[in-house]
Amino acid sequence: MNFDFSDAQKALKQQTRGFLRAACDTTVPRRVLEDADEPFARDLWQQICANESPGIAIPEEYGGIGFGYLELCVVAEELGRAVAPVPFSSSVYLAAEAILQGGSEEQKAKLLPKLASGESIGTFALSEGPGQATEANLQATLRNGRLSGTKMPVPDGDVADLCVVVAKDGDGASLAVVDLGGEGVSREPVDTLDPSRSHARIVFDGAEAELLGEAGQGWAVKDRVFDRAAVLFAMEQLGGADACLQMAIGYAKGRYAFGRPIGSFQAIKHKLADIYIKNELARANCYYGAWALSTDAPELPVAAAAARVAATQAFHFASKENIQTHGGIGFTWESDCHLYYRRSKLLALGIGSERVWKDRLISGLEQQEAA
Amino acid sequence: MDFNDTPEQAAYRAEVRAWLNANAEPRKDRPSVSRRLDADEGLALAKKWQATKADAGYACRHWPASHGGQDRPMIETIIYDQEEARFDVPTGFFSIGLGMCGPVMAQYATKEQQERYIPPMIRGEEVWCQLFSEPAAGSDVAGLRTRCHRDGDDWVVNGQKVWTSGAHYSDWGILVARHDSSLPKHKGLTFFFVDMKSPGIDIKPIKQINGGSNFNEVFFTNVRIPDSQRLGAIGEGWQVAITTLMNERLAVGGAPPPDFREAMKLAAACDLDGRPALEDSAVREKIADWYVEAMGMEHTKARTLTALSQGKVPGPENSIGKVVSASKLQNVSSFGADLMDMGGVITDPSLMPSSALFQQSYLYSPGLRIAGGTDEILRNIIAERVLGLPGEIRVDRDVPYSDIPTGN
Repeated sequence: MNFDFSDAQKALKQQTRGFLRAACDTTVPRRVLEDADEPFARDLWQQICANESPGIAIPEEYGGIGFGYLELCVVAEELGRAVAPVPFSSSVYLAAEAILQGGSEEQKAKLLPKLASGESIGTFALSEGPGQATEANLQATLRNGRLSGTKMPVPDGDVADLCVVVAKDGDGASLAVVDLGGEGVSREPVDTLDPSRSHARIVFDGAEAELLGEAGQGWAVKDRVFDRAAVLFAMEQLGGADACLQMAIGYAKGRYAFGRPIGSFQAIKHKLADIYIKNELARANCYYGAWALSTDAPELPVAAAAARVAATQAFHFASKENIQTHGGIGFTWESDCHLYYRRSKLLALGIGSERVWKDRLISGLEQQEAA
Repeated sequence: MDFNDTPEQAAYRAEVRAWLNANAEPRKDRPSVSRRLDADEGLALAKKWQATKADAGYACRHWPASHGGQDRPMIETIIYDQEEARFDVPTGFFSIGLGMCGPVMAQYATKEQQERYIPPMIRGEEVWCQLFSEPAAGSDVAGLRTRCHRDGDDWVVNGQKVWTSGAHYSDWGILVARHDSSLPKHKGLTFFFVDMKSPGIDIKPIKQINGGSNFNEVFFTNVRIPDSQRLGAIGEGWQVAITTLMNERLAVGGAPPPDFREAMKLAAACDLDGRPALEDSAVREKIADWYVEAMGMEHTKARTLTALSQGKVPGPENSIGKVVSASKLQNVSSFGADLMDMGGVITDPSLMPSSALFQQSYLYSPGLRIAGGTDEILRNIIAERVLGLPGEIRVDRDVPYSDIPTGN
C-alpha cells in the first residue's frame, strides 16, 4: 500500500506553493478582480509558463516535459489554494486534454507544443447559456468545416488563441478546433460571479473549424476530457477549501468576543471541524482520482466523479463558512473571503454542476454493477 | 502511488491466507458464527479461536516481545485482520482487553503481574472489560462519582459504572474511582484492575432502544481491591485513563452496513412513482453523497495504512472516521425505510428486504453517534488537537470536586 505522493511530487508541491506564495498572494487575484482591463495576471502567467508548468503532463514529443498527472495534480492543488487568476485550467485541463484525447497525430504535433510553452492559450466551449448543455440541445452547428452559433460563458474566451468547440454535427456532436483570431469569430467579455477569471460570449459565424476526432463522435470524447479535467478541477477546489479552513482558523484564534477567542466557542469549533471533515473526505477522494487519472484506470469515470462531487461540496462549504466565521468583516469587499466564495462557485460549475456529476457517478456505478 | 503490498507484506499476506484457509471456514452469505450461536457458545468458540491464533503467532504480533508480542510492525497485525475478516470466525470478545487493558497493564503493572495477566489475555483465556463511564459521567468522564477509600492493604469501592461491554462474561476489569473529593476533579482519581467475580459486584444488562443488550450497568457495594492492584500512583488515575484511551484500536475496520451499496441495491428493487427508485434524481443524489463519504473513509484508511506500512505515525485524518460513519449509517437507514414507503415500518425480518437491516440499524445507529466519544466530543477533539483551536474554558477544573455543581 503506497497511497501517497512520492517525495519528488511532495517537493514539487512545496516548491509550487512557495513560488505562488511569493508570486500570487491574494493581492493578485484581487487586482484582476477589480481591474476590468486586466482579464488575467499576465506577469504571473508568464512566470508559470517559464516554470514549464502548463506542459507538465504533456508528453515530450509534443513539447511538454512529460512528468505525469500526479505532478499536474499537485500543481493544480496549489493553483487552487492561491486562487490564481490565470487561464491554466482552460488551456491545460481542457484544451490540451481535448487535443490529446481527440486529436490526430498531426494535430497534436501542431497544437500541443504551443499550449505546453504557453505561447498559445487554449480553451474549451460547450455551454450556450443558462441550462445544462446536452448532445440533443446543442445549437452551435458544424457544417462543411464551418462553425456557426453562440457559446457562453467560455472561460478565458476573451484572451484565448484557440478554442475546442463542441457543436452539433448531423445527428451527433463533433469537437472542432477554431482559431479565435480568425474570420467569423466575434467575442466580448461577459460578467460572471468571479471576475478574477474572465469569461466570454463568442459568436461564430461560419468560422473555419478543424474537426478534432471523428465526425459525430465528439460527445464521448468530451465526456472523456471532462472525466480527466474533473480530477484536476477537484484538486484546485481542494486547495481552495484548505485555504479557507486555514483562513478561518487564523481568524477564530485572533478574534475575541465575550472576553475570549471565538475559536474557543463550540459553535465555531464544530463549524471548523466540519470544514476539516469535508476537506479530508475530499482529499481522500481526490487522491484516488489522481491515481486513476495517472494510471488511466478503468475506475476513472467513477473516481473522477467522486473526487469532483466531494471537492465541490468541500470548497462550497469551506468558502461560505469562512465568511460566516469572520462575521461582518467577511462580507466586506476588502476582506479576502469573497475571492474564495466566488472561485468556489466558478469551479463548481466550470465543467458541469454537482448534480450532473452525482448523476454520472451513479451511472458509472450502475455500469460497474452490470459488467 | 499504488495499492499493492510490498514484497514482504505480500509474502506475509500469503502466509496468513494459507494458515486461515487451513484453520477456518470462509465467510458465507449467511449470518456470521457470532450471530448464529448463543452468547455462551459464542464465547467458548471465540476463546478456542483466540488460543489457536495465539499459538500460531497471529495474536498481538505488534506488541513488544517482553509483553507477549513479537515486535512486528503494526501493518502485519492489520494485514492479518484484513484477511481474517474474510473468514467466519468469532471476534469482538477480546477487543477491549487487547485494545485498552493490555497496553495499560504493560505500562503500569509490575513485572510479576504482567507475567501473570498478559499471556492469558492474549490467548483469550481471561476476558477483560473497562469500567470508566458512569450515569453522571459520560463525555465528562473525569467527573465520575464512584468512591474508593483505603482500608488496610485494600481499597473499598462503592458506586456505579455504566455502558460496560462484556462485564457479565469478563474475568477482570480496569476501573477508575475517586479517592478524594476535596481535590479538583482530575486530581482525586485512582486507577485499579479488579476481579469481576469479587463479592459486592452486581451486573445488570442495559436494554437499548433496539431491544438488544450489548452493555451493562455494574454496581459496586463495598468491593475490596488489594492495593497491589492499583495501577499508577494514588491520584494519578486520570493520566492512566488517558493512556488507556489513547491506546484505543486504530479505526481501520469497516463501518457496519447498510451503506451506499445496500441503499443502491434497495433503490434498484423499489418502485417510486411506477419506476425503479434508482432512476429518481433525488435518490441518485443521496446515494452519491454516501458513496463519496464511504469512499472518502476508505481512501483515508488507505492513507493511514500507507503511513503505518512505511513505519510512520498516521496523520490526524483518521480522527474523522466515526463522526462520518455513524451519521451516515443513521441517514442510510432512515432513507432505506423511506424507500419502502408505508411498509417501511415493518421490522419482521421474514417480511422485509435485506431481512429488515434498514429498520434494525435505524434503531441501532443512534448509539453509534454516542459510544466511544459523542459526535460533539469528537468535533471538539478535531478542533483542539488537529486544528489547534483554544480549549474550552473549564469552570470546574481548579475547584474541589465536592464544590462542583451537579444537576440531576
